[in-house]
Amino acid sequence: MIENIFRGGKTYWLLISGLLVLIAAGVAAYLQQWNIGLAVTGLSRDVSWGLYIANFTFFVGVAASAVMIVIPYYLHNTKEFRRILILGEFMAVAACLVAITFILVDLGQPSRVFNIILYPTPGSVIFWDVVVLSVYLLLNIILGWVALDAEYKEVAPPDWLKPVAIVSIVWAVSIHTVTAFIYAGLAARSFWLTALLAPRFLASAFASGPALLILIAMAMKKWGGFDPGDQSLDKVAKIVAYAIIITIFFLLLEIFTVFYSQEPDAMSHFQYLLFGLNSHYGLVPWVWTSVALACAAIILLVIPSSRKNHLTLALACAAVFISIWIDKGLGLIVPGFIPSPLGNITEYTPTLLETLITLGVWAMGGLVLTLLLRVVMGVRQANK
Amino acid sequence: MNMDRRSFLKLAVLGLLALTARPALDLISKPSAARALDGPFSGKRLAMAIDLNACTAGEGCIDCIAACHSMHNVPDIGNTKEEIKWLWEVNYGQAFDDQENRFVKEPLQDRRVLVLCNHCDNPPCVRVCPTQATWKREDGIVMMDYHRCIGCRYCMAACPYGSRSFNWRDPRPYIRTINEGYPTRTRGVVEKCNFCEERLADGLQPACVEACRTGALKFGDLKPGTELYDLISSQFNLRRKGELGTQPQVYYLM
Repeated sequence: MIENIFRGGKTYWLLISGLLVLIAAGVAAYLQQWNIGLAVTGLSRDVSWGLYIANFTFFVGVAASAVMIVIPYYLHNTKEFRRILILGEFMAVAACLVAITFILVDLGQPSRVFNIILYPTPGSVIFWDVVVLSVYLLLNIILGWVALDAEYKEVAPPDWLKPVAIVSIVWAVSIHTVTAFIYAGLAARSFWLTALLAPRFLASAFASGPALLILIAMAMKKWGGFDPGDQSLDKVAKIVAYAIIITIFFLLLEIFTVFYSQEPDAMSHFQYLLFGLNSHYGLVPWVWTSVALACAAIILLVIPSSRKNHLTLALACAAVFISIWIDKGLGLIVPGFIPSPLGNITEYTPTLLETLITLGVWAMGGLVLTLLLRVVMGVRQANK
Repeated sequence: MNMDRRSFLKLAVLGLLALTARPALDLISKPSAARALDGPFSGKRLAMAIDLNACTAGEGCIDCIAACHSMHNVPDIGNTKEEIKWLWEVNYGQAFDDQENRFVKEPLQDRRVLVLCNHCDNPPCVRVCPTQATWKREDGIVMMDYHRCIGCRYCMAACPYGSRSFNWRDPRPYIRTINEGYPTRTRGVVEKCNFCEERLADGLQPACVEACRTGALKFGDLKPGTELYDLISSQFNLRRKGELGTQPQVYYLM
């Protein structure tokens, strides 16, 4: 099966080379960070987490969203999802790797990362996140690869795969819940100190992940001769529609509590995010772009004709993906630190090197996904 | 060597399991860390009192800060974003944001207030650290192991006082005179005030307390009968963000 990664058309090799160039640029940038330290980033004493941790959080969500395909397929016998099931699982594999890599590049002493295992600390949420993410990665590799192997041999997948799939459903919820707990358990940061954070994470994950899946399936249809089937795409699009609406609803719930109660500390962070604070407007254009994209996407996804039209569906999915990347990335991490516990406002802007490293990690995920999907395509073409 | 895929995988899994065996054993055999509560002080509990009426921080005095930072090889990076500080001064309203009102005595309101690690009895930084690189000693000092810290900065997010600094780059070129008696740090680790545990071990007072000319800083064991206990129990005092339940052990005498 694996030999398929060496068989591809012009588009395939173009894509692979493009990704390799980005990865090379990311590695070169990371060497700078390795030599100098995290001083090459835009981070500071006050804003000590930024682009890397934002992307980590976002991609944990994308990874978890595979359950939006796994649940209907395994628990509700949604046959239409048979062809995209493995896509969802392999997307989760790539997203998991991306999330883990973002933690690694964020560490000040990456060579000491195994201290997390050498000195296991059950009281720390990061310890649990490393545990659940690793297991989830493994689960999805097994689920995707075994199912594909069965397709390759043209036999039914083994019976034990369903129990593994059910474990992966619970596990998907756990990876994103634990990731939310990293933030939601800190009394020091009122912006994150809300029990709604985990549900918000899950809702936005179930919008952004399936939106990406639709885009990938469409790209594969256009350039790879893969047909996911219109019916399955429409079903996934409906999931995206519900999830993005719930995401916005949850956000409005937060905003009500914060602004109606007028508790000064809680309010100051949302003020910085939405309207700017003391003439600092760093995130304002971003967050309103996110809001506008989400609203546009909701309109396109709720109206049946634009949801079924592939051009408008693609636009809506791209809008959802970008909107949630902003909302759950920089829009979630940075305002947690602004204003600082001492009331200072230090703004955060990622540097060029930081951005190159981020793009490199994305490209790494893209490469893994491309190779895995090439194997899927190869197996399916051979079976025809 | 002859090895098929199956036996290689078996060996790999066994190897991984073996890696986790010792830590798992440690976990079971180690006595759980004592969790002190804010009740009557029994046994040793180190704490600090800062007398805001005696402190001359607002009048240009930085004796304690200078002593602390030179003693501990704290670098002067030269920009606020990468700043490293163990002991520094802020405005009254920044230190006590919940205590500010227009009827607070004016001289108090205009004061500059010294801030440092509060060596909390219930430290959130210790709770979140994934490697136990920061931990609380029996006597209450919240310690840092610069050699175990992986630089994830979770403790910085968890500290409600902004007491922790990160080495964004190699700090050594930015130290004016290196004190051989205390380690310098490498890049990529977190650091903060350690109540001068290295001096306490030699029977000395913390550097800031020793350097203070007005006697505004008092340090000691907080158990009935000690000078510090009498001072704190007899005078009105505040702790920073007491409502968060961290039980800070730096008391500000008003």
